[in-house]
This record gives sequence, structure tokens and C-alpha cells, in this order.
Amino acid sequence: MSTLTITVNGRRHTVDVAPDTPLLWVLRDTLNMTGTKFGCGMALCGACTVHLGGTPVRSCSTPVSAAVHQPVTTIEALAGQEIGQRLQQAWIEEEVPQCGYCQSGQLMSAAALLANHPKPTDADIDAAMSGNICRCGTYQRMRRAIHRAAETEVSHGR
Amino acid sequence: MGASSQLSRRDFLKTGATIGAGLTIAFYLPSRLTALAFGETPSDAGVFAPNGWVHIGTDGVVTLTVDKSEMGQGVNTALPMLIAEELDVDFDNVRAGATPVNPAGWARRMGTGGSSSVRGSYDMLRKVGATARAMLVAAAAQQWGVDASGCRTEHGAVIHTATKRTLAYGQLAQRAATLPVPSDPPLKDPKDFRLLGTPVPRTDTPLKVNGTAQFGIDTRRPGMLYASIERSPAFGGTVKHVDDSRAKGMPGVRRVVTIGQTPDERKVGRTQNGVAVVADHYWQAYTARRALHVEWNPGPNGSLDSAGIHAQLAELAEKPGVQARKEGDAEAAMTGAARTVKAVYEVPYLAHATMEPMNCTADVRPDGCDVWAPTQGQSGTQRAAAAITGLPVEKVRVHTTFLGGGFGRRSETDFVSEAVRLSKELGAPVQVIFSREDDVRYDFYRPTTYNRFAAALDAGGNPVAWTHRIVGPSIAVSKGRHPRNGIDGSLVEGAANVPYGIPNILVEQTIADLPIPLGYWRSVGNSHNSFVTEAFFDEMAHAAGKDPYELRRALLRDQPRHLRVLDLAAEKAGWGKRLPEGRSRGIAVAEAFGSYVAEVAEISLARDGKPTVHRVVCAVDCGPIVNPNTIEAQMAGGIVYGLSAALYGEITIDHGGVRQGNFDGYPVVRMNEMPAVEVHIVRSTDKQGGIGEPGVPPIAPAVTNAILAATGTPVRQLPIIQNGKSRVAMG
Repeated sequence: MSTLTITVNGRRHTVDVAPDTPLLWVLRDTLNMTGTKFGCGMALCGACTVHLGGTPVRSCSTPVSAAVHQPVTTIEALAGQEIGQRLQQAWIEEEVPQCGYCQSGQLMSAAALLANHPKPTDADIDAAMSGNICRCGTYQRMRRAIHRAAETEVSHGR
Repeated sequence: MGASSQLSRRDFLKTGATIGAGLTIAFYLPSRLTALAFGETPSDAGVFAPNGWVHIGTDGVVTLTVDKSEMGQGVNTALPMLIAEELDVDFDNVRAGATPVNPAGWARRMGTGGSSSVRGSYDMLRKVGATARAMLVAAAAQQWGVDASGCRTEHGAVIHTATKRTLAYGQLAQRAATLPVPSDPPLKDPKDFRLLGTPVPRTDTPLKVNGTAQFGIDTRRPGMLYASIERSPAFGGTVKHVDDSRAKGMPGVRRVVTIGQTPDERKVGRTQNGVAVVADHYWQAYTARRALHVEWNPGPNGSLDSAGIHAQLAELAEKPGVQARKEGDAEAAMTGAARTVKAVYEVPYLAHATMEPMNCTADVRPDGCDVWAPTQGQSGTQRAAAAITGLPVEKVRVHTTFLGGGFGRRSETDFVSEAVRLSKELGAPVQVIFSREDDVRYDFYRPTTYNRFAAALDAGGNPVAWTHRIVGPSIAVSKGRHPRNGIDGSLVEGAANVPYGIPNILVEQTIADLPIPLGYWRSVGNSHNSFVTEAFFDEMAHAAGKDPYELRRALLRDQPRHLRVLDLAAEKAGWGKRLPEGRSRGIAVAEAFGSYVAEVAEISLARDGKPTVHRVVCAVDCGPIVNPNTIEAQMAGGIVYGLSAALYGEITIDHGGVRQGNFDGYPVVRMNEMPAVEVHIVRSTDKQGGIGEPGVPPIAPAVTNAILAATGTPVRQLPIIQNGKSRVAMG
């Protein structure tokens, strides 16, 4: 165990954990921020996606020690960003979630996409979102919601 | 407190003072559909025992309390819509109340499954809404001293039409509670519906876009510990020796506990033997678990593997099975036929792989037990906890959270048993979390099946006989039940009821005795039988030189609901119209859970035989529509779930256990593979069907039929892509 200080959603937290503990479990168990979800533990499903220094990372496979020098942003702070607000509104308007479990990670991936590609093409969406699994199969509505938030069009004919 | 009325007739409806100030109407929803789904025997004790409540508060808020779990299928929105419609109240003022915590006090088995929630409640919830409305109108008429016939309702208020006086429901609820319950209030004519059939926004969406929705895994209790469990690598294996010396000394570790099966659990395969590490945090428990050294007795299944299972099924398929359907004399017709077509079709075991891994939180105390579970089966959860704790069932309180996917997996209670046992042992609240590997390796699997088909064609290429022998393990038998007349309805659903007008039909079923735990997987038997029957149908059409859509039309002459969705899907997909170079189409139709669905898949094949599914056109007839937005979502979701299985899904057995573990070995469809899905809903007044599952069955055969159309070679085995390699033979 060792004492580490990390900044999550603009707040500094000092935690006493093993430095190789995945960031996910520090968020969920130590800081009690349960919006970020556990899905696979191997960076295969994206349910645990957060932003580290603005870049989307899979927190299940990111040691907490990697977050000491870069700020962490989670779903709990998404509404505090202009892009995040637009996406959440689009998600509501398109009625994206079904069970909802993967949606925190999906939204964090989508927010990083729009930060880098304000007007994403379908290919951009595929590239940014294919690391996130949704077993309810809400992909089509997510695609529409991203286009809605970005004010771009779904291209037809895959 | 609200007064209760004196309704003495044994009836559905009573008012009661159980929920608080205002008007409360209690009612009884029958269990028939649930019984079908869970193999339960319906009971009718002749005593009124409610299992649902509608409460209208003095603030005008309407709360519906029923026993359904929200797992993404939109039930928390659809069921309140039924009440709101007949009650003439704005949907914003209607809530789904928390699922009650004592299933033993419930007049039917409490659970969610079988695509039954809406169709099992549609008539009753409308009647309850109409009853409440009639009582509120009567209360207003009494207060004003006017005749009720001069009053109407809208937006949660009663209006006296002549004088335009208005009283809100909240102002009337107390008085209404003192009035008699009308026995047969009129229901709305469906043409007057304001809500039903319109896309009402789901009430849970805002919680699911900001991380505040509480799933089972988000449960937090004071002093709660976390557990990670190393289970027997072979199903039914036992612990021989545990070396926990390293694990015990690791940070945060509280206890290492060997978990044995109870005799009942061994019989029905509920849990596996294992060694649990309980720690302050999950990661500590998981890390210490990996430091355990456990030696196992592999038990009776230690040498079982997929090749052996395949050989066993193939051998059983040589002998006749139990007849599930017999019409005419198929064997005689086969002998005299101009031409016969024969084929063997196989499907693998499948895991559910819900996004939220299995988990449960239990707090066992001497005076009672609380369980927080993402569960589809509250009654089973309560009984499992009572059996382990020795407490009376009513001392077990079951708190239902949001479910991060269900698909049938969460009607099991293995994860509950483990959490309860560990909490009892530790004397503290314990949350058990399955790793993804645990979730895939200790599932209750969709059965593998082996299917022998033969069809006979006359000289004109018209099918005159159809035989289908299904061999596979039985879900019912795996759960300790004995199917009536030797037929497991789940194993033959979608096959025994093959809808085609072929004069000679023989469908047989042979149950294989295999130790792999089995469960209900979204659409259950239809998930495999729709594939094998609809794919063999196209093989037959191909042999006859007939268009598979036209041949279906001809043989569905007497099945108007099948025909209607088939025609609609074909029309919207442009069946028969030219496609771009390299594209092909396949069509399939199925009835499942009372709904009728046809799907057309448009695909292309890469050089290595891997298909890309570009577009899926779906037509569905589920009878009266509640929320079209949800229907569209459920059909698209079912298509993705079924497509993942068709393309990639396979659980293989090695040394008596499951080889796959995570999404690398058990891949699923992702955004970049998502076809454009169009859903067309038939406006129908026919009998209502379910919507959670029926989207799944037709997609696999629609895709493989498109492959047959492209290559001339049928795909007779799923998944299409096995270990990264396509089974499709490219010419």
C-alpha cells in the first residue's frame, strides 16, 4: 500500500492503495464513484472508459499510479463539459440506453471523439466507438445520437 | 391513511390502506405467462391475494407497483403507460414504484422473463386504470352533487362538463377510497388512445446517461466486504487442497472460505464448488484469489470435451426420438418422393455475457437477511437465501436494482447463493463480483443441439414431407424437472410448430444427458430452432429451384400473421430487386412468444469468406402496440444479440469446463459491424405477443440464407466465424 494523490473531476483525493491497483477500482471502491463500470478487466469492452489528461483510457487496465500526474474525468463530470452536455441531451433525444450499463463508457468515448473530431464521419465513429461493447445492441441509436450532438448526418450504405 | 372499501366479491380489485394517503387499488395479475417461462404450475387458491398496486396520492402522483425487473426492455415505462392511458393522467405524473421486497407475500412467482410483462398485464392494468378513473369520477360527482355521466376526465382531473368545474385527482383520492369498486368499468376504444401506440420517452434514460442509475454492482453498504471466487475448473469438481498461505497475508484480505455445494445445488447445478477470498476491496480480493493454489478433484466430468459431446449427440441422432409432432406419414412420403434433401445442422452452447457481470450483495444477520440483486427471479432469490440462512422466507428481503442486461441469465440464483453464504460466514455485508472470465465460464448455457433433417419434394419441386430430429440436452432436466410425455417444450419450440403447410411432418426430440449447466438464453429454443429450420428450408428451396420467399409464401397460405410480416419485410427490403455487385439477400420468418417477425439480411462476403451484414429489414406483428420506440429498440437489440451469436458465439468444453473467458474468445458485434437496421411494425389488433425476445430468432438464418444465395453452399453450423476463420466455402 502507498499513498497517492490523484485529481478526479477537478478534486484532489489522497488514496492509500497498491500503486498497481487499476484506476477503475480506486474510483469505484475507494472514492465510491460508481458511474464508471466494470465490464471485462482486460480493456476489451470499454465499460470502464474515463479520460486521463483528456484522452480516453480503459480504467480497468490503467494503474492508478498512471493518474498521479494527469487529471481524471469520469461520467460524473460529463455534464460539466459543453460536449458532454450535448451528448447527454442527444442520448436522451435518441433514447439510446436500454439496460444502460455500458453507457457511461460509451459516452466517455463519444466525448473524446467529439473533442478531437467535432464533425465526425461514420468512419470516425466506427474508429472511436468500436472498443465499447453494448450487449443490448444500441449501436445504431448511438451513431445517430453522436451525429445529432455534432450536427452531422448519418451516411447511408455501409 | 386512505380508507379501504368493502369489496367482498372474490375479484381482481380491492382497495386497501397499505401504501399511504390517497386511493390504493390492489389487483391480481395471473401467472400463466410466467408459468410458461419458468415451468411453474399455476395455482389458484381461491383467495384474493393481490400482486399489484396502483396508488393515487393526494399530490396526484400515480404509482404502479408490480413485480417486474427493468433490464433494458423498458418495462418501467410500458406498464405505467397502460394505467396512464385509461386513467387519463399525464404520463409525467405516473411512476413505477420499487419492486416489493418480500416475494413470499406475492401471489405469484415473482420474476421477469418469457417476453411476458406487457402481454401478461395489458388487459388487467387497463382495467385497473379504468376502475380508478371511475372511482375518481364518482368521488367528484358526489362532491358536486351531480350525476357522474355529466363528468369527463383529462390531464389527471375530473371536469363537470356543464359547469366547467374541475377537481384534480389528488383532491379526490381520499374520497374515492371510500367508494365502492365498480365491477366492470368501460375501457377506452383503442381509437381514442392518447398514449398507447405513441413513442413515450423512457423514464430511466436520464439516470442512464449520467452514471447515477444503480445497478447491482453499485450497491454499497456500511462495512461491506468484497469477494472473488475461484471455482472448480470442471463442472462438478471438488476442492482437494487449498494453499492460501500467500493469499491470506495480502493487503485487505479478511478470510479465505471454501464453498461447497449443498446436495440440492449439486443436483440442479446451481453453484460450483469454489474457494472465495473476502477482502476490503474487490481488487484486493481478486489479486489474492490469483495467489491461491487450489488442487481440484475434477469429478465425474473431468474428461468431458466438445468432441465427446458432439459424438454423443450424433450417436443419439441415429435412433428415433420422442415424437413432438406428427402429421401424415412423412417416412412413406419420403420413400415415394421424386427427390429428397438431407442435412445435419448443429449449434453450439452459448453464454449470455450480460454487460454487468454477475454480482450480488448480501447482509445476513441473526434476525434477517437483505439481498441486493440485479435479478430476474426474486422468488428464487428469496428461497435460495432462506435455504442457506435457515431463516423463514419472509425474513429475507430482496432489493431489486437495475439489471445490466438479463437475457435469461439473471433468472438463476447461483450468484445469490454465493453472496449469502459468504455474508453468513463473515458476519458482514458481502458483495460477490464475477470477473468476466467467471461470468463466461460459470454461466447457465444455451443448449447445443444436433439436428437431422430430411425433406421430400414432388416432381414439381413442392415439399411433401419434412422430418426433423432434434438432439440436445434439456434445460428443464438440468434444473431437476421431468418434462411431460418426455418432451421439453423449450427444446422443440420453433421446430415442432414449424408453420409451413407441408402435408407430412415428423418432428422428434431426444434429450441428451450432459452435465453442462443450462439456462434460458434470449428466445430460448427458438434461438436454435429458428436457425436450423429456416436455413434447412432455404436448402430445400434451393434444391427445388424455387425462390425462398415465394416458396414460403406458398406454404404460409393459411398463416396470415406469418405471411403479413414476411410480405412486409420482403417489400421494404426490395426482395427480387437488383443488388449492387457482390451483395445478396436472405429471408427468414418466425413466431416466438406470440409475436411474428420476418427479417431480410443483405450481406457481402470478403475473399476469406467473412460476411459483412450491411442492412437488416425487420417486420414485426406483436398485436396491439404499447410503445413503438421500445419495440424498435428491442427488435434492433435482438438482431444484434442474435447476430453476435450467429457470427461468433461458441462455448466449447475442455476437461469438463469452459474454454472461453473474455470478449477476445467470445467476441460480439461492435459498432463497426453494426448493420443499418430498419424495423417496420404492423398495425394489428390480433392477440398481443411479447417483444423482448422475438427479434433474435430470424437473424441467424436470414444471414446464412444470404450466404447460401451468394455461394450455393449452405452454412449448417454456427458460428459462421470460428476462431477467426470463416466456415463459408468461397467458390
